[in-house]
Amino acid sequence: MSPSIIEFHNVVKSFGPQRVLDNVTISFEAGRTTVIAGGSGQGKSVTLKLILGLLAPDAGEILVNGQDITKMKLRELNRIREKFGVLFQGAALLDSMTVFENVALPLRERTKFKPPEIAQRVRKMLTQFNLEEHEAKFPAQLSGGMKKRVGLARALMLQPEIMLFDEPTTGLDPQITMEIYRLFFNSQKQFGYTSIIVSHDIPKVFNLADQVVLLNKGKMVTFASPEEIPLSTEPQIVSFAVETMGHIYSSSKMEHNI
Amino acid sequence: MISFVTKLGDSFLYFIRDQGRMGMFLLSALLGAFSRPFRFREVVRQISIIGANSFAVIFFTAIFTGMVLGLQGYYTLRKFGSEGMLGSAVALSLIRELGPVLTALMVTGRAGSAMCAEIGIMRNSEQIDALECMAVNPFRYLITPKFLATIISVPILTQFFNVIGIAGGYVAGVVLLGVNPGAFYNGIEQSVVNEDINLGIVKSFVFALLVVWICTGKGYFVHILRNAGFGAEGVSRATTQAVVLSSISVLIWDYLITAVML
Ligand SMILES: Nc1ncnc2c1ncn2[C@@H]1O[C@H](COP(=O)(O)OP(=O)(O)OP(=O)(O)O)[C@@H](O)[C@H]1O
Ligand SMILES: [Mg+2]
Repeated sequence: MSPSIIEFHNVVKSFGPQRVLDNVTISFEAGRTTVIAGGSGQGKSVTLKLILGLLAPDAGEILVNGQDITKMKLRELNRIREKFGVLFQGAALLDSMTVFENVALPLRERTKFKPPEIAQRVRKMLTQFNLEEHEAKFPAQLSGGMKKRVGLARALMLQPEIMLFDEPTTGLDPQITMEIYRLFFNSQKQFGYTSIIVSHDIPKVFNLADQVVLLNKGKMVTFASPEEIPLSTEPQIVSFAVETMGHIYSSSKMEHNI
Repeated sequence: MISFVTKLGDSFLYFIRDQGRMGMFLLSALLGAFSRPFRFREVVRQISIIGANSFAVIFFTAIFTGMVLGLQGYYTLRKFGSEGMLGSAVALSLIRELGPVLTALMVTGRAGSAMCAEIGIMRNSEQIDALECMAVNPFRYLITPKFLATIISVPILTQFFNVIGIAGGYVAGVVLLGVNPGAFYNGIEQSVVNEDINLGIVKSFVFALLVVWICTGKGYFVHILRNAGFGAEGVSRATTQAVVLSSISVLIWDYLITAVML
């Protein structure tokens, strides 16, 4: 088992009377891919926002590289955030900027590269994602799949150590989904980042996973590998899995290829 | 009964937290002006959005306000046989009160509401979260340029309002109703003193700050706004609240500043 890069210790998060995370303890391993699965509204996006320090937990510790981010000042938190690349659920591209400017933003803000150097790096990344013809478009002029690709390109610009993906393939057609998975696979091989993927796309996404986390009713259960879920002998876990993923879960035994 | 007390307590706590949030917001936005790099181009872009594009609205508001002042002033002053005071009456009303107040209200309606909606949408579509994740300070990036642009634009627009308003008064009083033009100018020259102009300038700066603070703040905190709902509805409620609150604040502060500086 590789060392864990992110750890939750007894994390509690509520919104009003609604307890989204209830005493969650979990760890994510360095250099590996964890898939977080669970029904809509169970707190998957909230979990990612806690990791990024965008939300604060009501109780518990969240360690990134062994440091508790819940007790950090903004300056320290920003240093930690530089390690992360994030693809948001809705891509979160800046509306007032073109594709090129969106992808260039991290370089302009976080590095001292000169404009020609920035342009060269951005164009290289855009070409990799088949976006070179669209660099002058604004986000409102892009399709859903294109937005996700631009978001991914932007997230990879600073070569993050940890990538967080919030539903990278939801709402995309199967062909684009395949393309996105290929991009993951290749970019992870190229950059070697740790990745955490939130997805409904079960069982396909399990082909990328080294570890699976199921989230249901405020509780998280970890499986060392996707294969372990059906093998689990604990009725609690099986019912949890069925409850979380429904009939889709049972089909994962049959389908093995993306 | 107990639930009523709890609700009252909740509302009070929300109010206090809201004030605290808005205070920190103002502080962060102002501190953003002293951080490097200074976003000169973004400030210029915002000035063109907030300021330059408001000239037409300000022009029409000012010309008709001035003409109404000229008309009303003429009939009132004529009763006392002092139509000669018309220039002074128009100029003083505009410079001391109507110029700063009406400019601030027009900027609230035209640019403030747009700012609030823009920032609210950015908040709801996680664009502000994305900035924070890229370790880009959203204040320096988004809010401070709007603050600077508004604080630069509104006083200039106010002076423009005054000039056009006085011209409107001249048209109504001198051109249409036949007041002596010499008397009109003399009245202005003899009655308007530096204190009047300073009062107007102080007001325009304070109003600019109020408008940009409330409008950007309501948008920025749209996700924790009480009773606002989420999504598009939240943004539209926040925008309404921002416009109403800005307008009322401008009128209240108008009174306070006048009372203190008189
Ligand atoms: N800022 C917030 N204020 C109040 N409640 C919130 C907030 N953010 C999330 N929630 C609530 O927390 C719960 C979990 O939300 P979250 O966005 O994490 O769901 P999710 O698992 O990502 O669902 P989906 O798959 O639909 O994206 C939801 O019930 C949501 O209503
Ligand atoms: Mg989500």
